[in-house]
Amino acid sequence: MAVRALGILSAVGLLVGLVMAFGVAPRETTQGNVQRIMYVHPPLAWVSYLAFVVVAVASVAYLVRRRPAADRVAHASAEVGVVFTGLAIATGSIWGKPTWGTWWTWDARLTSVAILFVMYLGYLLLRGTVEDRERAARYCAVLGIVAALDMPLVHFSVYWWRTLHQPPSLMKPGGFTGSSAILWPLLVNVGAFTVLYAYLLAKRVRLLRAEAEEAFA
Amino acid sequence: MTDVPLIRISGIRKAFGAQAVLDGVSLDVRSGEAVALLGGNGAGKTTLLKIVATIMRPTAGAATVAGHDCARAAETVRRLVGFAGHGAWVYDELTARENLRFWSTLDGGASPDETLTAALAAVDLERAAGARVRTFSAGMKRRLSLARLTLRPARVLLLDEPFSGLDQRARKWLEGYLEAFKLRGGALLMVTHSLGRELGVADRIAVLAGGRISLDTPRAGLADDDVQRLYAAHVEDPV
Amino acid sequence: MSFARRAFVVAWKDVLVERRSKETLNALAFFALLLLFVFQFALGPDRERLTGVLPGVLWLGFILSGLLALGRTFLVERDHDCWEGLLLAPGDKSAIYVGKLMGNLALMALVDTLVLGLFVVFFDIDVGHAFPGLVLVVALGTVGLAAVGTLFAAMTAHVRAREVLFPVLLLPVQVPVLLAAVKATEALLLGEPLAGVAHWIQLLAAADVIYVAVGVLTFDAILEG
Repeated sequence: MAVRALGILSAVGLLVGLVMAFGVAPRETTQGNVQRIMYVHPPLAWVSYLAFVVVAVASVAYLVRRRPAADRVAHASAEVGVVFTGLAIATGSIWGKPTWGTWWTWDARLTSVAILFVMYLGYLLLRGTVEDRERAARYCAVLGIVAALDMPLVHFSVYWWRTLHQPPSLMKPGGFTGSSAILWPLLVNVGAFTVLYAYLLAKRVRLLRAEAEEAFA
Repeated sequence: MTDVPLIRISGIRKAFGAQAVLDGVSLDVRSGEAVALLGGNGAGKTTLLKIVATIMRPTAGAATVAGHDCARAAETVRRLVGFAGHGAWVYDELTARENLRFWSTLDGGASPDETLTAALAAVDLERAAGARVRTFSAGMKRRLSLARLTLRPARVLLLDEPFSGLDQRARKWLEGYLEAFKLRGGALLMVTHSLGRELGVADRIAVLAGGRISLDTPRAGLADDDVQRLYAAHVEDPV
Repeated sequence: MSFARRAFVVAWKDVLVERRSKETLNALAFFALLLLFVFQFALGPDRERLTGVLPGVLWLGFILSGLLALGRTFLVERDHDCWEGLLLAPGDKSAIYVGKLMGNLALMALVDTLVLGLFVVFFDIDVGHAFPGLVLVVALGTVGLAAVGTLFAAMTAHVRAREVLFPVLLLPVQVPVLLAAVKATEALLLGEPLAGVAHWIQLLAAADVIYVAVGVLTFDAILEG
């Protein structure tokens, strides 16, 4: 089955990715082993954003055609996405402690991810609060679209807020002037986490569909 | 007059969560016909009316007005339908006239002052036209709601207990209005709780019980106590 | 055009209801005054410290009053099932959104003027030359807040825990507006010319356009029951 294949692929991918990140990749000179989180944190952040884009696209699809399947995808993506976002923040924070000395800093990237996290929570809260399933689907679809369109605005505003008077953060996104030894583990992990997301999404959608069918039986 | 009923309800099912309030309701109302829908408390009469009025969507089944599906062609249906529910659709801080002006403008056809005055006069609210609705009695609010209905010609009227709270004069007016409406070819589906005079307008009586229509019979030839008996039989012991 | 007329009649109705009941405006005015006291007590009499945080505090004032005002937008429709009437009125439902938005903007213009006036007087801010720029920033920020606020108010009107859910949903979305408005206000009050905050102004304008567009396009889906 496609879903089973996804599961296996993600397990393999994760294994390879983690081995590369923690075993194969060179030990960074100044930051030490903690820097290895750099192979995990950006992929997690990437998936967080991807999941939200999926929420938004599925939400638009739902509003246009009102197919319950689209709503299930949006719902599932939000549930999986919030976990990835939480992990992204956690890993960013863990990296930050030895690097900057504090658990939290209002760095542009971290702040954006934090706002994304809060938006996910709002989405799930709305879902849980509205009793009527169909109404919840519609409201969440609107919220998903508003929040997703808001993200670029959040990005710019937070970035300008932090960098117009301060130098950019330590986590430079580009900067692969270095060896492919750093690039490959990163890319593998990005791929692995994406596949993991797809797998979890598929499982979650399945579960939601089963729940929906049960409600009508 | 076409063959297709102006209101066609087929196999409507409506569930709130796990609770099914309507479980396979089918009913037709033809052009020029009035059907009175009876049933006990909580039977789902208002729910059914709201589904036809496009306020709610059914869980399963379909309702059509003049052939247009209420769930899928809601906007088209809304243009054809006049609805008066339990709420009078009035703003307490506005005057009677202002309320009518608001609804008629929102409907897309800003009626001139004279039309509004005529509508108010028809329901005997002309003298109260400039008074704020917050000072109105429940009966007056109900009459204002009916005045609003007269402002936009509809092919189908969906009324939820329209006679309740009306005095003798207003009832007479409403009966006349509804008879004229039927003569013009309109279809009327009316939810009513009481079994008295209101049924005079009805051509057929339907009883909603156990989530279905358990009785659908012409009213002609039925005496008042016949109706009582049938109603009791069907509501107490649904078929 | 029918759309415009319908939108205007909704705004007219709201303004009339508000003017006669005076429920919201009076409470908001009082709230603005109270905010002033709260901020003063929370921040202390140290003038240096006050000047630094003033733009942020000013926008806190706008946002808090905005939350109160906007959250109530659709409450009036709950009486006598008027909500049903709005739903069943044939025609483009977004006219109702635009009308509600216009009514809200009128209300918030009054409240913002009051808040700004109180702040200028009590915190002794020298606005002078920055005034036109400030008005522009406040206007753009308020449109942003009201555009999403009106939409979310419709969403939460029928939900239990509305009073908590509304700000919880609205505030994260408003972060760009808040950041841009505060930074622009800060710069303007420090003497920066309007050109110097052009990027913030552009962000606010872009946000406003996006929010209103989404509101117009999706209001239909919210109104439906």
